[in-house]
Amino acid sequence: MRPFEYTRASDVAEAGRLTGRFIAGGTNLLDLMKLEVETPAKLVDITRLPLRDIEATDDGGLRIGALVSNSDLAADSRIRNDYEVLSRAVLAGASGQLRNKATTGGNLLQRTRCGYFYETSQPCNKRDPGSGCGAIGGFNRIHAILGVSEHCIATHPSDMAVAMRALDAKVETQKADGSTRILALDDFYRLPGDTPDVENALEAGELITGVRLPKPVSGSHRYRKVRDRASYAFALISVAAVVRMDGGTIADARLALGGMAPMPWRDTAVEKALIGQEPSMATFEKAADILLADAKGQGENDFKIPLARRTLKAVLADATKGA
Amino acid sequence: MMTKHVMNEPIGETRLDRNTQGVIGKGVDRYEGKLKVSGKAPYAYEHLIGEDVAYGFVVVGPVGRARVTTIDVERALAEPRVLAVVTGDAIMRSSAQPMSPAGQTMDGEIFHYNQPVALVVAETFEAARSAARLVKVEYEAQDGRYEIESRRGSGRASDTGPMAADTERGDFEKAFAEAEVQFDQTYRTPSYHAAAMEPHASVAKWDGDRLTVWSSCQLLETNIQQIANGVGVEVSKVRLLSPYIGGGFGSKLGIGPDAVLAALGARETGRPVKLALTRQNVFQATSRRGETIQRVRIGLTKAGQITCIGHETETPNSEGEGFFEPSGISTNFLYPGKDRLVTHRVIASDVLMCSAVRAPGEATGMLATECALDELAEQFGIDPVAFRRMNEPEKDPQEDVPFSSRKLLDCIEEGAKRFGWADRPATPGSRREGEWLIGYGMASASRANSLMESSAEIAMSPEGRATVKTAMTDIGTGTYTILQQIAAEMLGLPLDHVDVLLGDTSLPESSGSGGSWGANSAGSSVYVAAEAMIKEFAKRLGVEADGLTLKDGHAIAHNRQIPFSEILKGETLTVTGKIEPGDTADKTNQASYGAHFAEVAVNATTGETRVRRLLMVGAAGRILNEKTATSQCYGGQIWGIGYALEEALVVDPRNGLIVNHDLAEYHVPVQADVPKLDVVLLEERDRYASPLAGKGIGELAIAGVGAAINNAIFNATGARIRCYPVTMDKLLPHLPDEVSAAA
Repeated sequence: MRPFEYTRASDVAEAGRLTGRFIAGGTNLLDLMKLEVETPAKLVDITRLPLRDIEATDDGGLRIGALVSNSDLAADSRIRNDYEVLSRAVLAGASGQLRNKATTGGNLLQRTRCGYFYETSQPCNKRDPGSGCGAIGGFNRIHAILGVSEHCIATHPSDMAVAMRALDAKVETQKADGSTRILALDDFYRLPGDTPDVENALEAGELITGVRLPKPVSGSHRYRKVRDRASYAFALISVAAVVRMDGGTIADARLALGGMAPMPWRDTAVEKALIGQEPSMATFEKAADILLADAKGQGENDFKIPLARRTLKAVLADATKGA
Repeated sequence: MMTKHVMNEPIGETRLDRNTQGVIGKGVDRYEGKLKVSGKAPYAYEHLIGEDVAYGFVVVGPVGRARVTTIDVERALAEPRVLAVVTGDAIMRSSAQPMSPAGQTMDGEIFHYNQPVALVVAETFEAARSAARLVKVEYEAQDGRYEIESRRGSGRASDTGPMAADTERGDFEKAFAEAEVQFDQTYRTPSYHAAAMEPHASVAKWDGDRLTVWSSCQLLETNIQQIANGVGVEVSKVRLLSPYIGGGFGSKLGIGPDAVLAALGARETGRPVKLALTRQNVFQATSRRGETIQRVRIGLTKAGQITCIGHETETPNSEGEGFFEPSGISTNFLYPGKDRLVTHRVIASDVLMCSAVRAPGEATGMLATECALDELAEQFGIDPVAFRRMNEPEKDPQEDVPFSSRKLLDCIEEGAKRFGWADRPATPGSRREGEWLIGYGMASASRANSLMESSAEIAMSPEGRATVKTAMTDIGTGTYTILQQIAAEMLGLPLDHVDVLLGDTSLPESSGSGGSWGANSAGSSVYVAAEAMIKEFAKRLGVEADGLTLKDGHAIAHNRQIPFSEILKGETLTVTGKIEPGDTADKTNQASYGAHFAEVAVNATTGETRVRRLLMVGAAGRILNEKTATSQCYGGQIWGIGYALEEALVVDPRNGLIVNHDLAEYHVPVQADVPKLDVVLLEERDRYASPLAGKGIGELAIAGVGAAINNAIFNATGARIRCYPVTMDKLLPHLPDEVSAAA
């Protein structure tokens, strides 16, 4: 870890002007700094900012402050009742201790768990642009099958963000100049392309202040996470689903997947193929075909393609059951 | 006063059998438990708090195999608060091999990825860590050998391994060729790491030419030599202390590179130096268990009687290392067969050295052989329990000597009854609960027993309080507690009248902790010392020792009850006892035995496997403390879950990097992976094994348990996976296509 300057922001407007790397729970950033994967010259501690509330919005949704801890988010009665998929996803992630520290904004910004990203003597275009990708041709069991490029095959590790993507959550930010903007998660995250070091749309000094959830979506909420051990393991595949049935047909389906792409993955073509259909294995197969049409394994992670198919089908079968 | 007992004859009835004080065997709480849970038991790194210490941080060589050309330390030295950068050929490239006189040094080369090459010493840990990154290591990279699969057949037989590389009897090849039924399968186990909770850490302090080191070590007598040789001083100038140890599992049998580095750093700076390896260092710079490729061949009669058995293991190690993972160790005696062949070949490798990890040999070998037995039982249509009953040898089939004690079948029968084995799904893949496929599996367990030289002193104060002193270690196993219990039982003292001092080379030489021999060896030395003290008591009282009963601090003889204080007459009585192995080790085959039963649920959609329950029934001679012995077994069962389902140290074959070098990515079981565990220990006395009539238990439970889980997976799914760990990617192709919860 390199020596760094530390300052504490006293209000949101000041935070952006302090031009440093924001730190909240630090559950990921501190580890990366110890290994010098990240070497910020200055840390701006935002933990004292008044961003710890979950409030109702005018359009019937919720605004989650960026500093709401993962534990508090998952336990909130409005989240549990109206956005069950989000509560389930948060609780599927990390460990109790980590969820107590980790924040909503920080969770969105988690870095990948790729072993080559973490090992600074190895090439990694995300950590050291232009150095190459150690994972391609290396140990890539946990790596992505969709949305990758020849420069990077890393996955985004968050569970929370997968559920948020299914819920059409939007990220609220404040730029260094004080202006604010609201970004859909689709616009917030960036695929690696030839700049895998750029993971999102945030500009220098731009602070996530909260996440907005639209008004609750009715239907069956499911979050299924497939992993190598029962707890404290990142998703190999995860599926967040909110499915509403009307009579015998699927009236609405929102699906996002984790563990398979550089960002929480949502493909509206998959949802279109389901809406208006009667649930059947043939329909689910077709949805999986669309989802995985461009999927490509790297060797060690080839199994994720059939695993994603099977998991998606099982989640859809479960979510449409008995309707 | 020194008394020695050589284990040449089986032991008769002892005071432990009479159990007059009533403390031996009882599951009493840990002697040091309160200190540990209240943070008052200092681990190695926690010594010298408040003193003027400096802190070390290891610089590593980020390449698989290379010749170091220069190490540029100028930038690091220019940093504020940096005191020194230690470089030089004496730096150890990894941990020392158990019981070797010295660790392997780097000698200007990088032998494995992220090997230690220098040490930065600074006023603070943070300054040392930061400056370590500024040390520039220049090297000429060389070609390295990072996997063994493509080089099968190139291994050599090592004559400096943990057992003979080859064991043969009769003519295996001929017998196998002529066998009515031939079984020939190859199994693979990955590389594993001990991953003890406490990282390797040392604090070193010089007083003139005398060196004191606090370090996390298992075998102090050889560890002190390794330190002395590493630093270049006489052993007599070194004192090593390891009073509390946060797990070793074999990884601390030899010193870690930290011990010598801390001492060199302290010598160079003139300050005591603290050095804890980082978790990344521990994974990459200490030692590991080598991966194995094991070919198991078994010849049988048409009825299923084993007639010959072959077990050939290939495993790596780095240059200059003779150790090999002795996967065939239990194959030598566990099952019958007139013609036998057990071999081990070491394939040269440029990855971190391989060494002993909990139950070296059984832990990997029985993943293969106990799976093979299950395959055979299935093939013959015989229940795996019955198949083992059919194939129980009457004596050691290799050495032709009797078993000192062997309750394998008793363990299996008792386990089958308690587990409800009769309810096992008769056909693989036939029991389903929703998405989950349910299966039962079982396996035998065995672990070779050994007794080592060890000594202990007992000092009885004039008030009748005893203090046991030995350079033995307690690596979390319960050694403090059982030594207290042995002394209390033998001497007729309440437990709280016995203190135990361990982990200091100024105390009598001891076996240390390893190979499950600690309790038997150190415990026997306490037994021998106590016997000597009892003799002295008897002499003073003018009675025969045999007629003397000791209880609650009183000697009882001829209807008289005399308090110890009266016998001691105001003086402390000190005796030393020593145990040595003897003829009984050769006259008998000694091993602990057990049986594992597992129920698993395999998700039919994803291939995720969850263990639902585990039962182990074990027999390891006298159990000295029911609670600590059971805890050892729980630990072994949990390791078995890891070995069967999760753990694998992954080496990048292109460059030798251990990719998953932290506990986030090297998966050991977490609480949620561990179901209800049951352990039952059968009554047994092994009078050939030691004066305590006990056998090793620390490693017994890890033997076979992973195979029981894998056999249960077969029963659940019909899929036989011969490459551990059994992860979902391996199971997926064998799972049913349909999704059960379909609308």
